[in-house]
Amino acid sequence: MRAVSRVTGRALPLDRANVDTDQIIPSDWLKRIERTGYGAGLFSAWCLDPSFVMNDPRFDGASVLVTGANFGCGSSREHAAWALEDRGFRAIIAPSFADIFRSNCLAVGLVLAELPDADVGRILAAVRAEPATPVTVDVEHRVVEVPALDYRGPFLIDESTRARLLAGHDEIDLSLAHDSEIAAYEARRPHWLPRVASTGPASGSSPRSRPAAS
Amino acid sequence: MTGRSLAEKVWDEPVIHRQDGEPDLLYVDLHLVHEVTSPQAFEGLRLAGRAVRRPDLTLATADHNIPTVLGRPIADQVAARQIDALTRNCAEFGIRLYPMGDARQGIVHVIGPQLGLSQPGMVIVCGDSHTSTHGALGAIAFGIGTSDVEHVLATQTIPRARPKTMAVTIDGAAPADVSAKDIILGIIARIGTGGGTGHIIEYRGHAIRSLSMEGRMTVCNMSIEAGARAGMIAPDDTTFAYLEGRPYAPSGADRERAIDHWRGLATDPDAAFDREVRIDGAQLRPYVTWGTNPAQAVAIDGRVPDPDAFDGPAAQESARRALTYMDLRAGTAMRDIAVDSVFLGSCTNGRIEDLRAAASVLRGRRVRAGLRALAVPGSMAVKAQAEAEGLDRVFTDAGFEWRSAGCSMCLGMNDDVAAPGERVASTSNRNFEGRQGPGARTHLVSPAVAAATAIAGHLASPADLS
Ligand code: SF4
Repeated sequence: MRAVSRVTGRALPLDRANVDTDQIIPSDWLKRIERTGYGAGLFSAWCLDPSFVMNDPRFDGASVLVTGANFGCGSSREHAAWALEDRGFRAIIAPSFADIFRSNCLAVGLVLAELPDADVGRILAAVRAEPATPVTVDVEHRVVEVPALDYRGPFLIDESTRARLLAGHDEIDLSLAHDSEIAAYEARRPHWLPRVASTGPASGSSPRSRPAAS
Repeated sequence: MTGRSLAEKVWDEPVIHRQDGEPDLLYVDLHLVHEVTSPQAFEGLRLAGRAVRRPDLTLATADHNIPTVLGRPIADQVAARQIDALTRNCAEFGIRLYPMGDARQGIVHVIGPQLGLSQPGMVIVCGDSHTSTHGALGAIAFGIGTSDVEHVLATQTIPRARPKTMAVTIDGAAPADVSAKDIILGIIARIGTGGGTGHIIEYRGHAIRSLSMEGRMTVCNMSIEAGARAGMIAPDDTTFAYLEGRPYAPSGADRERAIDHWRGLATDPDAAFDREVRIDGAQLRPYVTWGTNPAQAVAIDGRVPDPDAFDGPAAQESARRALTYMDLRAGTAMRDIAVDSVFLGSCTNGRIEDLRAAASVLRGRRVRAGLRALAVPGSMAVKAQAEAEGLDRVFTDAGFEWRSAGCSMCLGMNDDVAAPGERVASTSNRNFEGRQGPGARTHLVSPAVAAATAIAGHLASPADLS
């Protein structure tokens, strides 16, 4: 993932609660096998409505999304985080986020800033009134700043998420550093736990998997 | 010393590494893979030159995209490419795949338990939010994103902070016409779509214990609709009996040892939960959703609620938006809502007991003229079982289409899509805007209500049929 310490930019006000990932990226987009190019699908069903906020050119180029509680609920599709990222969003401010969406955003390096309801309401109002209002999400100092409002509020983020965002680690490398502990655990797992019968390699190709350790 | 809950016992066992302020590194006992959330993960492995650590703890199937009419080619080239990618990736990385047409193929959350692969005390993950289903057996099972799929393929581990624990207890017995689907819809209506966020829910109490294994799966399946990280039920004799004789379940002396271990997984009497909710089972009713999230449900005897009656502007606004999308007026009796189609299936209600429940309502009756009705078994094994019992005839005689296994109209990624404005009574788990097709309107119901609705042409319970 990409390291990120601070996001500053214009904000898109999406004043809805319980926005599910089927809305963020409809399932039609999930048939693709690529990792990029999902930006055009972002909120695509809602975009059919000319009055939808994302159709308002004054919010073009926003890098911060400000929205309602329980954002990202529903399906585990990481495509939702990819679509937001592809469209230029780098941070999301909301009163709460759904759990799987939260881990998907971390994997992508998208910053989630959890603020109290009333604070989110103030920022939404300010951005709606003046779309050019700059909003800053500062991961380093754990604060959201809206100078136009004289607002500087600490947001909730756990220390390990913050450290990971700042460092931009490869999560797989971090886990593989525990290889010997993983192997030791594999050696002591109960032998009756199920193992899927193997298919063997397809003819003419060699499987890239290594043999099971236990 | 205070005792530990089921979730804590199962979670603590496979911790590879624990450090203050860091997520636990958990070992994954079973990784289920499907076509939609895996291609980018395999591509990531290829780019990094990494292998799959434990192909023997990994199982793949095709379920989301595929046609449910056997032999029908995949018309959508983008979808076809995704199925091809799964086939190629599984061959290249040595992973067992149950492809379309295979007798063991099916929705990933139906085949895991059916094969006996999902067992008490395991950690099970899949790139799919309804992985919570497998918690019915006393496993910790949760959905992950594609980066995490790649992570599990490469390391067989996953870093996760230990969730908080929540007990949802249903006291007493539920009325006879209340199914497992109604129990979970009732729970979600009570605690809300974010009510379980950050928590593993343990379902407890008499009404839960009396459920069959398949009913428990229906309940745990929808834990994610309450926002929970996972849902689980302590393993008991019902669980052990269900597992007996299944292909991957332990047998003989292994089974005895396993059962000894599994019995110990129950929540200790003095264990504390971070949050507790109690619901009186006798108060539960068959539920139907009226809105665009699974918490927006009322008893089938009820009416479409007035948005102004909700607590706070956010809930009111969301109810107003939902009524507009659903084209419903406050005060309408739920039974007066006519539907265009009925979908029986999905990982929530596509198991043999669900098909039996629907068939018992349909036997000797005909689907309302003009109404489209689809019965889609959750797996090819469920389909074969239903056909052995003659249920396929009951469905087709009644006017249902009888299909092969897949996700089908649960999310409309294949040809089984509802048209804009089409109103569907569906046994699936999500009534989100556009879930079953752009502009489609979904009412979540139990299999019995789905069947009665297909006959009546409007939302109905079996008792309404003359
Ligand atoms: S049946 Fe529906 S909810 Fe279940 S796995 Fe398939 S698409 Fe997801």
